[in-house]
Amino acid sequence: MSKPLAPAPEYTTISGIPLDTVYTPAATSHTPPPPGEFPYTRGIHPTMYRGKLWTMRQFSGFGTPEETNRRYLYLLERGQTGLSVAFDLPTLMGYDSDHANSLGEVGKCGVAISSLEDAEILFRGIPLDSVSVSMTINSPAPVIWAMFLVVAEKQGVDWTRLDGTLQNDILKEYIAQKEYIYPPRPSMRLVTDIIEYAAAHVPRFNPVSISGYHIREAGSTAVQELAFTLRDGIEYVEWALERGLPIDTFAPRLSFFFNAHNDFFEEIAKYRAARRIWAYTMRDRFHASSERSLKLRFHTQTAGCSLTWQQPYNNVVRTSLQALAAVMGGTQSLHTNSLDEAYALPSEQAVKLALRTQQIIAHESNVAAVADPLGGSYFVEQLTDQVEAQANDYIRRIDEMGGMIPAIERGFPQSEIADASYQYQRSIEDRARIIVGVNGFEEADSEQIELLHIDESAQARQCESLAALRRRRDDDRVQRALDSLCQCASGTGNTMPHIIEAVRAYATVGEICDAFRNVFGTYEETSVL
Amino acid sequence: MDNRIRVLVAKPGLDGHDRGAKIIARALRDAGMEVVYTGLRQTPEMIVNAALQEDVQVIGLSILSGAHNAIIPRVLELLREKQMTDVLVVVGGTIPDEDAERLKREGVGAVYQPGASLDEIVDYIRTTVKQAA
Repeated sequence: MSKPLAPAPEYTTISGIPLDTVYTPAATSHTPPPPGEFPYTRGIHPTMYRGKLWTMRQFSGFGTPEETNRRYLYLLERGQTGLSVAFDLPTLMGYDSDHANSLGEVGKCGVAISSLEDAEILFRGIPLDSVSVSMTINSPAPVIWAMFLVVAEKQGVDWTRLDGTLQNDILKEYIAQKEYIYPPRPSMRLVTDIIEYAAAHVPRFNPVSISGYHIREAGSTAVQELAFTLRDGIEYVEWALERGLPIDTFAPRLSFFFNAHNDFFEEIAKYRAARRIWAYTMRDRFHASSERSLKLRFHTQTAGCSLTWQQPYNNVVRTSLQALAAVMGGTQSLHTNSLDEAYALPSEQAVKLALRTQQIIAHESNVAAVADPLGGSYFVEQLTDQVEAQANDYIRRIDEMGGMIPAIERGFPQSEIADASYQYQRSIEDRARIIVGVNGFEEADSEQIELLHIDESAQARQCESLAALRRRRDDDRVQRALDSLCQCASGTGNTMPHIIEAVRAYATVGEICDAFRNVFGTYEETSVL
Repeated sequence: MDNRIRVLVAKPGLDGHDRGAKIIARALRDAGMEVVYTGLRQTPEMIVNAALQEDVQVIGLSILSGAHNAIIPRVLELLREKQMTDVLVVVGGTIPDEDAERLKREGVGAVYQPGASLDEIVDYIRTTVKQAA
């Protein structure tokens, strides 16, 4: 028997914006221009999905490079249109699979990549001139990107034809996900090195994916997600300008990554407001003149934190609604979570259903036929204005603190998020918010689903192949490359060419990150509770 | 004498997802317990040493990376080595049922999976620590 539901719920969005019973023409004083026109509230292309559907890009990776390569070939055969690499925690933290800190973590949250050899196996049989690859990696981003570039070179693919995205968004690591190695300022230098190198040598590659996803997963509201992400974007632009790059040489390649959570209309308003704020920021704050610099392009992932352990099949429905919001908000690419992800990395069956969810939205629902179908809705236009105003308020406060790095150092975004996440959890605890199967409509018996099990053998196999590589390679060449990298890191030059040389010599992720650790030091946060 | 329950909340392993750990720390504090939060990336050795120094009755471990089978048995082993088996160990995170059962057999008091209620966790800790006293 279910408990009776709480009486009168409060009518607000998840961010706490009050909702009226009905909206009238009085709600908003303006109608935004059509899609494809400044400030792009209604979308960046005039014809939106008629021109090109969003890219269906499922984030995946687990175990050894061999296992993940097989999963990629499986997904591509079933109609997925781009790859998205998930790395394991040791790789994300710049440790090799055989490091003491990697114990128990190898291959668990993603694929283990320690050397160029692993990257060669990962992309075996995948033509990098026709499949775009997104890589979720931050602190060690320059190392992993260098491996990708060298693999492409070995496949005979010219770097100017490479399409893809490097997450490389270190600021949200300090704010939310906490996978940082070095202190903020040297980390920002590495991000800027990549932006500069991409603009010169890999022009079709997105060198940064400025991410709100993890900020939201850490418990922020939609407004905070939007504000902190765009303010991070402003910070990257300022560093690149400081480096001497003209705005229109790099700004068109900045891309964004947002969450799609449960509050359907608030999420749509968030995407619309994001485009508008960014367009004004680029034009008025940074005086960009190329239209491409003004257009905010983004990837979306449905909210992992919204998935429930209880009644896991309900997650399919949640994910469908979230994906629909992302599409109606004009996303350029999309990842739909699998129903089993509150438990573990997804099984092959669960991933297939998640991909099919996107295909059903794309091909059966007909929502992709019309650009910005909610444009002109009294409600959605007003909500877009409200989300925009509240996000701009946060951006102004961070400006007043001297930018995002000082704001991070005083724990501002971290404590705003911690407060929001505690309030959200409390609202579930108090049943002010009902989550089906969790605090309403519960069932005693849990449904059993088949899970992907990753055993400890990945670590043993990775350590073995790494040991063989260390015996085989030219250690003198590795050492020379690492020395010249340290020298460059101690000065002010762009580190990318040195990293690429070290990767070619089969220096490992751990060795290259250690070289940077020696020069830059490491970062410890002051925890904000 | 201060007879508040003392709890160490710790994040072992490389996982940086600290949303759950922070929410639990606040909830235990709101429930009148004294909470020490270790911060991120603690080894089993660091956690057990902190538990000893802070003289806690409870260790709460939050782990979402799948490394629980390697890390938690090591914490239990160190507690046994230091004769600290009276410390209650509570685990939260993405722990599959079969692993949860095994960890409980090995000495973990309770395992909380996603969707667990804060009040339930508070009640369990309060009741178990009182019974032991």
